[in-house]
Amino acid sequence: MHNISVKPEGDASLLIVFGNEVNPEINRRIAAAVKLIRSQHIEGIVDLIPSYCALLVNYNPYVISYEKLKKRAEKLASMDLSVGSDVRKVFEIPVLYGGEGGPDIGFIAEHAGMSVQEVIDLHSGRDYLIYMLGFLPGFCYLGGLDERIHTPRLANPRIRIPAGSVGIGGSATGIYPMDSPGGWQLMGLTPVKTYDPNKEVPILLEAGNYIRFVPIDEAEFARIKELADKGEYECVVHEETGA
Amino acid sequence: MGFRVLKGGMMTTVQDLGRYGYQSQGINVGGVMDRRSFRIANLLLDNPENEAVLEITLIGPTIQFTSDTIIAITGGDFHPMLNGEPAPMYTAIYVNKDDILKFGSAATGARAYVAFSSYLKAPTVMGSRSTNLKSHIGGFKGRNLLEGDYVDFRIRRRYLPFFLSRTLEPDEYDQHCVQLRVILGPQEDMFTKEGIRTFLHEEYTVTSDFDRMGCRLEGPYIASVKGSDIISDGIAFGAIQVPSHGKPIILLSDRQTTGGYAKIGTVASVDIPKIAQRKTDQKVRFRAITVEEAQRLLKEQEKEFDGMRMKIHTPCKEVLDCRQTAKRLGRLYVNAQDEIRHF
Repeated sequence: MHNISVKPEGDASLLIVFGNEVNPEINRRIAAAVKLIRSQHIEGIVDLIPSYCALLVNYNPYVISYEKLKKRAEKLASMDLSVGSDVRKVFEIPVLYGGEGGPDIGFIAEHAGMSVQEVIDLHSGRDYLIYMLGFLPGFCYLGGLDERIHTPRLANPRIRIPAGSVGIGGSATGIYPMDSPGGWQLMGLTPVKTYDPNKEVPILLEAGNYIRFVPIDEAEFARIKELADKGEYECVVHEETGA
Repeated sequence: MGFRVLKGGMMTTVQDLGRYGYQSQGINVGGVMDRRSFRIANLLLDNPENEAVLEITLIGPTIQFTSDTIIAITGGDFHPMLNGEPAPMYTAIYVNKDDILKFGSAATGARAYVAFSSYLKAPTVMGSRSTNLKSHIGGFKGRNLLEGDYVDFRIRRRYLPFFLSRTLEPDEYDQHCVQLRVILGPQEDMFTKEGIRTFLHEEYTVTSDFDRMGCRLEGPYIASVKGSDIISDGIAFGAIQVPSHGKPIILLSDRQTTGGYAKIGTVASVDIPKIAQRKTDQKVRFRAITVEEAQRLLKEQEKEFDGMRMKIHTPCKEVLDCRQTAKRLGRLYVNAQDEIRHF
């Protein structure tokens, strides 16, 4: 049986702690708990914030008390949370590496002591688990970047990084969902909108999903961008079984 | 049908209770900083509890109405003037087309709220009309109001029953030190006993680093056991982070959804308005209470709102006196008619 603990975070939220490490197994249990809680429609719960190894539950204290919700959370989190979790949902994110959208790819390669093509192969040759979203709307914290291409952040952060930029910051990699200041080394650009406030579901990705970066050329970039701007591009999604 | 902005003020935004249901995707809640003043402003006009209002900050705006409506102003005192005459606060006020409402700077408190009986026209994005300054969504074009903007109303509504009763006692804001009740945790065990003692017994000062995202405090160093970095997790409204510099930061409406610093405690919901109404250099102190106590206080506040609602729906003394007089006049008239008939 897995140990969890439930603590108050003020009088309108409680934190369910599943562990204290960055670990795909713990994270998967949290994603499963989120699904379970959502499917149960517990009255009084207003929002859920899953993170690496904890789940913050915002609730309405007029509707449900801390004591009651704590008991429900404990019961829920001790349930078998492995059901269905062997299905991996992998989103293909097309990336135009290098060029204007990836001004730092040369530095990343130099820092790693390899060619630009090797950097692209390493970065796109694996699936990344989305541990959580935060920082910006739709910003994904990804796990599993190959150690050989870990690259320190810029000493001087850029004032504006365009939406869709793909970069590396230390041991992390990710996509900027919107224009933002930032200090990551930029390696490319995706035409896919991971955040679109005009869509009914404004955020494409959620915690527990995987991302696979797929290198594309300029012609493909232009084709996808045209569709994405019209809101008509659908990402390729693989549903795979087995860990 | 609406109002024109003649001066935008320091930070005037359209807000409601915020955007819930999207934090797992990194979209922050936003919403009003002072939920108490917000509730009272809408309550005075029989508006829905979550109707969008204007939140004004430190230096208020000047607006000119292009249609008739009813407004209510609550929160900090910005010396509001309607056509050059002082406008009463915590009171329903008729305004006419072309009237000019001008706010000065905050004499007491730091934020005021203006509710409108005609409801502000702002798009509902992801279930809320709140302005999200970071993502540029909701409210008025996703930003604060500026000179020359024109804000529409959604409906015409210029009648409210018991109009003369619609006035309440204004909240007062202590100019020196307020006590903020907190629920300790969830990471209070990352601080030393001495650190917790310091946090609960010393006075902290509001710095100028205070916006809708959060409020940095200056004061005695809060010692952690071995640093205060945590694996990032979710942040609640009013959560108090203490980074390794040992000074508390209270996270408010525009907080990020997640953060990587230990949270020593969270301000009780009923006391968040007190911090929202603080200004630079004013003081706060923290006192620990249980989550049960905090939830009891919230229910008490709800009863207080019920009392307010009752009061503004009861005819006031002047109206009752008038009714008495009218009845007496009516009787006199009937008697007089009788006498004439018998004459």
